[in-house]
Amino acid sequence: MPVTAIKEYVAVPRDQVANFHGKQLVYVSWDRHLLFAAPFLICLPPETPFRELVEGPLKALVSPDPDAAAIDWQRVEWLKSNQPWTPDFDASLAANGIGHKDQLRMCTAGLNSLAPAA
Amino acid sequence: MDMKVDKKKLNLKDKYKLLTRDLGWEPSYHSKDEIYPYVKYEGLKVHDWDKWEDPFRLTMDAYWKYQAEKERKFYAIIDAHTQNNGHLNITDARYLTALKIFLQAISPGEYAAHRGFARVGREFAGVGTQVACQMQAIDEIRHAQTQIHAMSNYNRYYNGFHAFADARDRIWYTSVARSFFDDAMAAGPFEFMIAIGFSFEYVLTNLLFVPFMSGAAYNGDMATVTFGFSAQSDEARHMTLGLECIKFMLEQDPDNLPIVQEWIDKWFWRGFRVLGLVSTMMDYMLPKRVMSWREAWEIYGVENGGALFRDLARYGIRPPKGWDDAEKAIDHMSHQLMLGLYQWSFGTAFHSWIPSDEDMDWLSAKYPATFDKHYRPRWNHIKKLAAAGTPYKNFGLAKLCQCCQLPIVFTEPDDPTMLCNRETTYKGEKYHFCSDGCRDVFEREPEKYIQAWLPMPALFQEQQGDIGAWMAWVSLGDGVDNGDYAGSADQRNFQQWRGLATSNQ
Repeated sequence: MPVTAIKEYVAVPRDQVANFHGKQLVYVSWDRHLLFAAPFLICLPPETPFRELVEGPLKALVSPDPDAAAIDWQRVEWLKSNQPWTPDFDASLAANGIGHKDQLRMCTAGLNSLAPAA
Repeated sequence: MDMKVDKKKLNLKDKYKLLTRDLGWEPSYHSKDEIYPYVKYEGLKVHDWDKWEDPFRLTMDAYWKYQAEKERKFYAIIDAHTQNNGHLNITDARYLTALKIFLQAISPGEYAAHRGFARVGREFAGVGTQVACQMQAIDEIRHAQTQIHAMSNYNRYYNGFHAFADARDRIWYTSVARSFFDDAMAAGPFEFMIAIGFSFEYVLTNLLFVPFMSGAAYNGDMATVTFGFSAQSDEARHMTLGLECIKFMLEQDPDNLPIVQEWIDKWFWRGFRVLGLVSTMMDYMLPKRVMSWREAWEIYGVENGGALFRDLARYGIRPPKGWDDAEKAIDHMSHQLMLGLYQWSFGTAFHSWIPSDEDMDWLSAKYPATFDKHYRPRWNHIKKLAAAGTPYKNFGLAKLCQCCQLPIVFTEPDDPTMLCNRETTYKGEKYHFCSDGCRDVFEREPEKYIQAWLPMPALFQEQQGDIGAWMAWVSLGDGVDNGDYAGSADQRNFQQWRGLATSNQ
């Protein structure tokens, strides 16, 4: 049931990529690192190399966490749309298949200074 | 010669009939379907509108008198508060953060509820309903007005109150309440009654107004207590109207049950998410605290809500689908949201702060299973960053939930160390949610929610990510209305004025 209405109901999505001036949204979060209250919203052109996303906004955003300096970026395990996924650091977001509003999750087993002891 | 005439007085029953039921006449040149085009499309079956019982048997003439008397008392107290510098009697200016959120997020909701009731009062086909909705419409606009008046005195002395209407439309945390009311107003008349009569009046009013007004009293804010009393006497009538409507729908036709149950599931969860803001107020924002969010939930959620669902069980209604997830969230929601409010404090029209050691001890006593384990370590780290001169600001902005519009700060119901990431794809477009409850709401009527104006993505669509332009647009003075309470003009002024009022220096 698309919507309960008295006549045909036509809706236009508000956050289509065309509205973002040649950029797209990417969401990134770091599993079990809840110093960051919510996943980060990052807005970049789709041709940005993945490495630039990591070296630029992502490293700056995660830096307040005590584990940030210890991240071995080559060993980070990634999830995209909650599925295991391997990025190509030298390819663009688009070539990596990172679409508009995709959610990436970083997992860094063993790094969890602020998490409760199991 | 004067003739003595017996003064004729109608008895109450006749008067009530004349002033309500007799207002409904049989149309002669239009069909009822033409006059009331919105009563059928939601699928509700109504066989006899006269079965609608007015809970309070109140007629308009009596209503005016009661309300006028309340208004006189209210304004007398507000005047006295203003003239006697009542703003200096609050515990400290941190308390005003709760008021600012209330004014920005909830008072416009009262106005929205007024518009909704004015509309459904016209759309419902029964006279009893029409009269009751008309009264509630007037109540709601009165609540919006009295709230704005009660708080306007603080606006003369403190920051963050001046642009609440802009805040309502444009700031991220206010869109949580706004989307709730926009959703209700964009629904049919019966769903609107569940949204407001059940979710807002039952789920929210008790948990919002009772602890909120107690909080105001504990913290010396008599202006807010006054509007609270003035509004609360209407709320009992509103709750009864909402409950009456639910019972009416269920008694009219058994086919109505699944529709009503779906609305109860939806609006319980939507109401519960709006309460996130209230939980933070109770646990963190009151300098003198009344009870924890957990304690308030036990009384008003578990006991009162439980009684309501036991009452409705004879119609086949079961507790809302998200009830168990709500219970699991109680020990976490205020902490998770306050962490967000602190780290995004550059984007709020109020102050936030790192809880003191004393505050943390209180939280740990109230939340023995969760606070020390999950939240104290984060606050301690944030404290360390502040002490090192690098206070933590999260400039990443936040992923928002497509349904409730809160930042996705909530964790999995059974794993408080893992953020809840729910997503769905609809017509090739991705959408994200904070919970199963919010995703369920979306998937039931996706066309409605794909149009949601989400403040964070909008910042990149409309201001190309320019935070300064965004602040100007929401009428937010950087470093004046926002940021840490410690060192703010609000803190400085309150201490200075209170010092002047209580000493001879």
